[in-house]
Amino acid sequence: MSDDLLPLLAVGLGETVYMVILTTVSSLFLGLPLGVALVVTEPGHIMAAPRLNKVLGTMVNITRSFPTIILIVVLLPLSRLLVGTTLGATAAVVPLSIGSAPFLARIIENSLKEIDRGKIEAGLAVGATPMEIIRKVMIPECLASLTLGITMAVIMITGFTATAGAIGAGGLGSLAVRFGYQRYRTDVMLATLVVLVVLVQSIQWGGNLIARRINKNRHKFS
Amino acid sequence: MISITGLNKTFLTPSGRVNALKDINLTVDKGDIFGIIGFSGAGKSTLIRCLNRLEEPDSGTIRIGAREITRLGTRELRAARKKIGMIFQHYYLLESRTVFGNVAFPLEIAGYPKQRIGHRAVEILELVGLIDKIGAYPAQLSGGQKQRVGIARALANEPDVLLSDEATSSLDPSTSRSILDLLRDINQKLGLTIVMITHEMDVLRYLCANAAVIEAGEIIETGSVAEISAHPRHEITRLFFAPSRQNSSGEAQGMLPDPAERGERKEVSDVR
Repeated sequence: MSDDLLPLLAVGLGETVYMVILTTVSSLFLGLPLGVALVVTEPGHIMAAPRLNKVLGTMVNITRSFPTIILIVVLLPLSRLLVGTTLGATAAVVPLSIGSAPFLARIIENSLKEIDRGKIEAGLAVGATPMEIIRKVMIPECLASLTLGITMAVIMITGFTATAGAIGAGGLGSLAVRFGYQRYRTDVMLATLVVLVVLVQSIQWGGNLIARRINKNRHKFS
Repeated sequence: MISITGLNKTFLTPSGRVNALKDINLTVDKGDIFGIIGFSGAGKSTLIRCLNRLEEPDSGTIRIGAREITRLGTRELRAARKKIGMIFQHYYLLESRTVFGNVAFPLEIAGYPKQRIGHRAVEILELVGLIDKIGAYPAQLSGGQKQRVGIARALANEPDVLLSDEATSSLDPSTSRSILDLLRDINQKLGLTIVMITHEMDVLRYLCANAAVIEAGEIIETGSVAEISAHPRHEITRLFFAPSRQNSSGEAQGMLPDPAERGERKEVSDVR
């Protein structure tokens, strides 16, 4: 093991964690409203708007059809506009967020669809507005499932950042490509993989823990 | 209190149009416990759901108190719904909230200040006999207790009318009876008008003064329960009574005692 390994890993991990957190937060800003909108604008739902629903659904599908790497390249001008550069972790967050948001929206849509329609009707029956039903019925009732879904998305975003690393974003992905692959540093490659495995495991473990906490009182057998 | 005139509702299904409700006319007096009985698919659930417009009728008018429900805009409808309580066969409690939270929910929607929510929730939970479960989650309650929470939620905002959509149909006989007793108790204490749908004749006999029989989307008979059961004019109505007559020699005879055992019951006469 060479002397530079640990510092390299530390910097790479730092950049990756930074990108994952920032991307998760900003893609939630886009993805949560989008996911909620995908559900409530469905025909027969609380804010039924079938046309809008189709438009949103198509937009999500188009964005999701792009291969990650192409999407990042396509969105780099936007990064330049917003962050001033196309290089480094912060610049990568812009395309990563836009790329992850539709995925997150679909996951959130799936979770919110699990709710029993009767609970929504019980909300309507007491005179709740659509916003109140979203905030007080749909999201709290689906919170455990949402948490697990978001955990899945965070792990996917971690993978995303590694891809972005290959084209100048930094982080563990970049480390693996530039040192592990291009400079034949097997030690860097292996160490990077180990760190990534541990990182993904911890994210999943954390998500499961939170979901279990949420479910503790809601179900008899959990 | 409630008057329904010329109510129609059609569902479009892949196999064609289904006339769920055909020219329904019905009057329910203030303070009455009015039963609507029918077999599965007769349209009774659609009818009760039209009363707070969870189901949108195609034509006809519904009045509850001074409000013409069928003419209200979105915002006015929400205001009207705050004064129409509803309970469901499957309770539909919020599992993310405690018993207290579930009762507080309609009060939050109605814009009660926090302190009054606390007072009112305690008051109403005492009324339904669940004050000792105030901190429990729905998953920790039995079916009967869940329905009590459902009733407390429906009554929290002091409604003028309570709609009961098969509220006792998934409960065992003795629990079912205690829920019906609670409903009667509330009806007498608060003077609350109750409209309940059921497919069980026993429920009707036990609790309701007046009733309507619905079949294939039409009201085929209305009047006092005593009158309907004594002189059923329609074949369907007779069918509702038939099974318990046939079983009367066996032990399976109705889960609920005959109304006669409960003594006097007030009759409301002017039901169309």
